Amino acid sequence: MDIAIDTSKSRYQVDKNGYYGRFGGAYVPEMLFPNVDELQRKYMEVLSDPSFQQEFESLLRDYVGRPSPLYFAKRLSEKYKAKIYLKREDLNHTGAHKINNTIGQILLAKRLGKSRIIAETGAGQHGVATATVCALMGMECVVYMGSIDIERQAPNVSRMKMLGATVVAATSGSQTLKDATNEAIRDWINNPVDTHYILGTAAGPHPYPDMVARLQSVISEEIRKQLLEKTGSELPDYVVACIGGGSNAAGAFFHYLDEDAVKLVAVEAGGKGVHSGHSAATTQLGKIGIIHAAKTLLMQTEDGQITEPYSISAGLDYPGIGPMHAHLYETGRAMFLDATDEEALAAGYELSKLEGIIPAMESAHALAKLKDIPFNADDVVVVCLSGRGDKDLNTYIRHMNK
Amino acid sequence: MQNRIDQLFAAKQHGVLNIYCTAGFPELNDTLPVMTALQQHGADLIELGMPFSDPLADGPVIQDSGTRALKNGMSLHKLFEQLDGFRDRIHVPVILMGYLNPVLLYGVEAFVKKCAEVGVDGIILPDLPMAEYEADYKAVFEKYNVHLIFLVTPETTEARIHKLDSLSKGFLYAVSSSSTTGKDKDMSHQQAYFERLQQLKLQNPVLIGFGIKDKATFDTACRYTNGAIIGTAFIKAIEQSKDIDSSVRTFIGAIKN
Repeated sequence: MDIAIDTSKSRYQVDKNGYYGRFGGAYVPEMLFPNVDELQRKYMEVLSDPSFQQEFESLLRDYVGRPSPLYFAKRLSEKYKAKIYLKREDLNHTGAHKINNTIGQILLAKRLGKSRIIAETGAGQHGVATATVCALMGMECVVYMGSIDIERQAPNVSRMKMLGATVVAATSGSQTLKDATNEAIRDWINNPVDTHYILGTAAGPHPYPDMVARLQSVISEEIRKQLLEKTGSELPDYVVACIGGGSNAAGAFFHYLDEDAVKLVAVEAGGKGVHSGHSAATTQLGKIGIIHAAKTLLMQTEDGQITEPYSISAGLDYPGIGPMHAHLYETGRAMFLDATDEEALAAGYELSKLEGIIPAMESAHALAKLKDIPFNADDVVVVCLSGRGDKDLNTYIRHMNK
Repeated sequence: MQNRIDQLFAAKQHGVLNIYCTAGFPELNDTLPVMTALQQHGADLIELGMPFSDPLADGPVIQDSGTRALKNGMSLHKLFEQLDGFRDRIHVPVILMGYLNPVLLYGVEAFVKKCAEVGVDGIILPDLPMAEYEADYKAVFEKYNVHLIFLVTPETTEARIHKLDSLSKGFLYAVSSSSTTGKDKDMSHQQAYFERLQQLKLQNPVLIGFGIKDKATFDTACRYTNGAIIGTAFIKAIEQSKDIDSSVRTFIGAIKN
């Protein structure tokens, strides 16, 4: 597998100092320096280790159910007049791409001799994926979740508890994902020796953005093989993915970053409209700054206070984007679009009726932009269907009759 | 003019008391009254917190004080307005402590220049990496004679302590344990670390912070270093206060006597 591939020649991958262009780095207080330094020094060594790769690969195959299918969506293709393939991350164990990263990081944690795992979660998908691998490995698991999200996402809280995790309410600040992340980082400061922090997205201090992107890069590694079988070429014309922090997009883009012929499309959550004051479209609304110890684009006030984003999808309402994506935006390598709540809901209904697949609200944002991209009839388009919609049924049902 | 922090340590090497308070707390216009009371009742140094929405190194008490200050309307621009002319009344050294993001947005050089203009002597930015400071900002701080103060912890290696000490000016901030502010970790376990700091022959004076909350912990810290920093305990002492001056007098009195 290619998770430890040499990317030093790439224009879009992390450089040796942990930056993507002017984004990235590790803006950590001294209390976190030893933890982050240890990861920086060791992550590539671990990811390159054949025994690590073997264990990772075998768990992805036998436990997660990979490779996930690349499905030709015939009726969706007819509608949008292009050849549309869906990368079915929704069929993974626990229902989303998040498990790829948590499997990789728990194997890394074991190799670093850690006995306790912490994580942040917004909608609860990464929390469930972390609780799952902790159960699998018999490790202690503490998940931080904003107290507002705990109320909104009660079924996932129950799932995490059933899997043996302790769910701790983040009651500081705005009590959502960004505060859960703050609390997880504070826990790590207070427990620097025995604890590994499994960050769920391609954000945070170096090496997390690169490490998470590499662990998710199985997505594009598989797409290349599967497309070759189905179309005779590894290269599609488009890869489309939704983006909050950006882990599924990082995985879907990874092995295409330096293939200029492949257009990369990232879809942000427009919420109630980019300029409505209720949005999470970071590239439109953000400025460069520091969030969760990375220099990237983020939504902030004129005084540099980080603001609370909004989206109907709890997995996309993050006020920043990962530094790789900020660089892809700034260089123009990826096209950044945004989908509103309404557009995403409509796309979710459409996929359900055309293909019999209820997508996660996050993934529905990616699907929502198929109508806006000017495809040619023979264009090959891969959409990363990052998760399934079971967790969003209440949201879908609430809007069904509107 | 010699930096006030250097003047302080030239005159006083033992038992230096640095008190942290959040700007714009408990009420927006309490910043100056709190500072005045701190000077009046015997604080040697004042560390003024610039409130931030996401203060990673702080525990709940200091974060809540920052949240309240932000709700009160505190901002960097407001703070500099409040500090305009404060040197007419306050002569003890003053340090601003905060996080990098608001400072980046303000502009690092504009910020340091403004600090020099109003009479701020030093800055603590825990999430500013050492290498970035050295490459991009050190010259700016030196140009305006504003000191940047770095942190070290029990987990910091000896080589790195020396490097941080060489870049730090004014003093070195020794975090007493691996924790966020306001955690009650038993200080007796830190003795070996304090002794190690003592033996390193650092170029800067050392103040211990995090977990210093009363006379006993202050005295312990002072046995090994030049003094200590109290934050969380002080915030608690003034958060409900009806009379700032008397709360500050009582608080400092209990530490010093």
